[in-house]
Order: sequence, then C-alpha cells, then structure tokens
Amino acid sequence: MSDNIEKKSEPLLSKKRKELLSNPMDSDNPITIQVLGICSALAVTIALEGTVIMAIAVFFVLVMANVIISALRNTIPNRIRIIVQLVVVASLVAVVDQVLRAFAYEQSKALSVFVGLIITNCIVMGRLEAFALGNKPWDSFLDGVGNAVGYGWIIIAIAFVRELFGAGKLFGQVILSKEWYVANGFFATPAAACIILGVIIWVLRARSGYVED
Amino acid sequence: MSKLNKNSNGYIFGYAIMLTLVCGTLLAFVSEGLKDRQKAAKLLEKQQFILKAGMGADALAGMTGPEVTALYNNVVKVEMVNSKGEPTDAEEAKLSIFKEYKKKDVTTRNLPVYVVGKADNPSEVLSYVLPTYGNGLWDNVWAFVALEGDAETIRGIVFDHKGETPGLGARITDREVQSRFEGKKVSYASEVLDAPDFQKGEGVDYSSYTNKVDGLSGATITAVGVNAMLDSYMNLYKAYLTTKRTK
Repeated sequence: MSDNIEKKSEPLLSKKRKELLSNPMDSDNPITIQVLGICSALAVTIALEGTVIMAIAVFFVLVMANVIISALRNTIPNRIRIIVQLVVVASLVAVVDQVLRAFAYEQSKALSVFVGLIITNCIVMGRLEAFALGNKPWDSFLDGVGNAVGYGWIIIAIAFVRELFGAGKLFGQVILSKEWYVANGFFATPAAACIILGVIIWVLRARSGYVED
Repeated sequence: MSKLNKNSNGYIFGYAIMLTLVCGTLLAFVSEGLKDRQKAAKLLEKQQFILKAGMGADALAGMTGPEVTALYNNVVKVEMVNSKGEPTDAEEAKLSIFKEYKKKDVTTRNLPVYVVGKADNPSEVLSYVLPTYGNGLWDNVWAFVALEGDAETIRGIVFDHKGETPGLGARITDREVQSRFEGKKVSYASEVLDAPDFQKGEGVDYSSYTNKVDGLSGATITAVGVNAMLDSYMNLYKAYLTTKRTK
C-alpha cells in the first residue's frame, strides 16, 4: 500500500522557504542578531556608492558559495570541508575582485582590501557551515539571498546616515547644501558607524523583543 | 561495487586536486578575459591623474571616461627624456614608471614628461606634468607633479599609493592634502633642485613659504617618503626643466 503513496514535493516557495528568505532580513539578521560581518559594516560604509557595490559583491559570493557547496555537499570529504569551502569562497571573491577592477576601477581601489576580506566574512563561512552543507541547493540559494540582503540593507542604512551627515551628500550628489549645513566629520569615522549600528540593533531588537540568552 | 570511502587519503587527494584544477582554470579564464578592460581602466586613471594635476582638480568634473580620453588626446603631448634632459626613443605606452624606478643607474631611466596644453589652444603650454615614484611606509607611493609654464611653480599634484594606512598615510590622496602643494615652488637656488617638503606636525600656516608644506600628523614616514620621492625625481628632471625655464 505504501507504494501508492506519492511523495509530494515541497512548493518552490513554501512557508518554510519564505522564512528562509525573510528571517535573515529581520528576526534572524546576520548583523543585528548574530552580530557577524561587523568589520566590513564599519569599514566600507563611509559612502553609499562603495557600500552598494560591497553589498552586491557579498550577495554574489554568498549566494554562489551557498549553491556550490550545497550541490557538492555529498561529495565533500568531511576532513577537508573547511578548506573546500575556503577555496570556493576565495575563488568567487577573486572573480568579484577582477570584475570590479575591470568595470568599477575607482570603487575597487576605494574598497581596497575589504573586497578580498569577504573571504573572511563570518556570514559567508557561517552560512556554508550552518546551512549549505546540510541542505539542498534551492534552499541554500534562498538562505544565501536572505542573508546577503539582510547584510546589505543594514550596511546601506549605515552608509546612508554616514554620507548624508558626514558629507551632506548621497551617492556623491549634494543633498545638504554647504551654505546652511556644516558636514559633521565624526560621521566619516568608523566610530560613528559603530554607534549607528548600535542604534539599528537597539531598534530592531526592541521591536522584535529579542534577548540574548 | 563497494561504496566510495570519502575519508580515504586517495579520495581526499583526488578531490583537492580536482577542485584546485577547476578553480584555477576558472580564475585563469576570468583574468585573461578581463585583462584588456583592466588595462583600459588603469590607462584612464592615469589620464585622469595627469589632467587633474596639469589642468586643475576640478577640470574633469562631470566628464565621462571617453570625454576624458578625448581631452587627453587633444591637449597632452608626451616627451621622453633622460636625466640629462636629452630625448630618448622609449615608447610611453609601453613604459612602466615602476620598472624605470627600479633601475639602479638613474642616468639610464626614461623619464616621461606630459606637456599639457590649454584646452582652447593646445599648442600653448599650460603645465609640465612629471610622474614620480618612491616608497611610503608600507609600500610604493607615486605622484604626478604639474609645474606651470615657468617650470618652477607647482600647479597641481596628484598622489596615489599602494598600501598606506587609511586615515593616516593614505590621506595623501585627499584633495585637501594635495592642494597644500599648489602655488609652492621648486627651488633652483642650490646645486640640487629642491622640491617643497611636508613639514613635521600639522595645522601650521606655511602660506608665506614657497617650499614648505603643512605636514601629515600621524603619517610622518609616509610624508618623509613623499619628500624624498619629490626631491629625487625633481633632480632627475632638473636638466629638462632648466631648458624650459630659460625659454
């Protein structure tokens, strides 16, 4: 009798899968809840343009690495799994770096070492270890998208505040005229990024009621 | 067939070799495929530096890449000289300032001079832009120094670096720091040609001095490296500049 029971495949965007996408953007955000990827969140957020490029770079690396590691998960020898993950991530980062040097040379110089440091971004390795190694490629893709967007919107929010008040500009365009606004140099420092990030974490945790164990 | 043992040494070696081959091949293709675009991006940056130094920092505001290249081709003429001021037949397009800098015998260095003409009359000299190369704190620093038609007054300067500390030595790329050199003069008074130098400390008004520039607090070694670079290269260009000065 059991032969007649057809195994129903899970819908492409089932409730569980939608949560894979939405949770990292809010209630399980990699920056505000897991407090990962902080270094680049503080370092690259001085201006919006570079920050958006950084967010896109992390999006590409995280999603691709999640899918590739997930597809390879049954073949990866357990003893060298971290090295395999590193090789995949490092190769993807090298591709991103090369593409930036070709198509966004100025920004690649402005981001300097922080593009290369995506390799050590805890969010990327964290998702590979915690999710991609144990789940199918489609789920891993959604998890990668969710976490990359969760990371991206936070650093873009920080950059928005920093560039607006630190330089009176957004995407290099003057918003707050020098005639009546004196740019606040403090916002150009990483310390300001730390404080803005702290405020974002405070607001999000107050809203969700999240408390550290 | 027995199930593959994924933890055997043979499997792990084979896996590592395959992964390396696949990733290495991918990266080689990407690198080769993008090489021309990367070269073009670097060339455009060099053209921007030369024009910013030679015409003014805001001369390129709002210009697209092709517009910058068109302006460069219109107003810039390249002369290649040696330290005696004699013309050499080296090709500027193939020249690497870094490789020339590495030549121990400075008299064999090829020294490009970018003669920038006025936008409305390119045959009239606006400035001489001289590329220089040296060492900062962590790695190389370089600059494009533009002298006015009198071959004495600095019209503009653009610094760049490979690995100076952000917020400290890397400030040499800040517009404000670079503008401190504008209007200063190289001195022909002594045997050696003396370029303006960053002074110790920061926040001092050196506007009444023609050869002193407000320094970089917290970046002394970078500033000393920049000073040494400017002095050594201005001397290499001395013979050439002297001929321009007397005209």
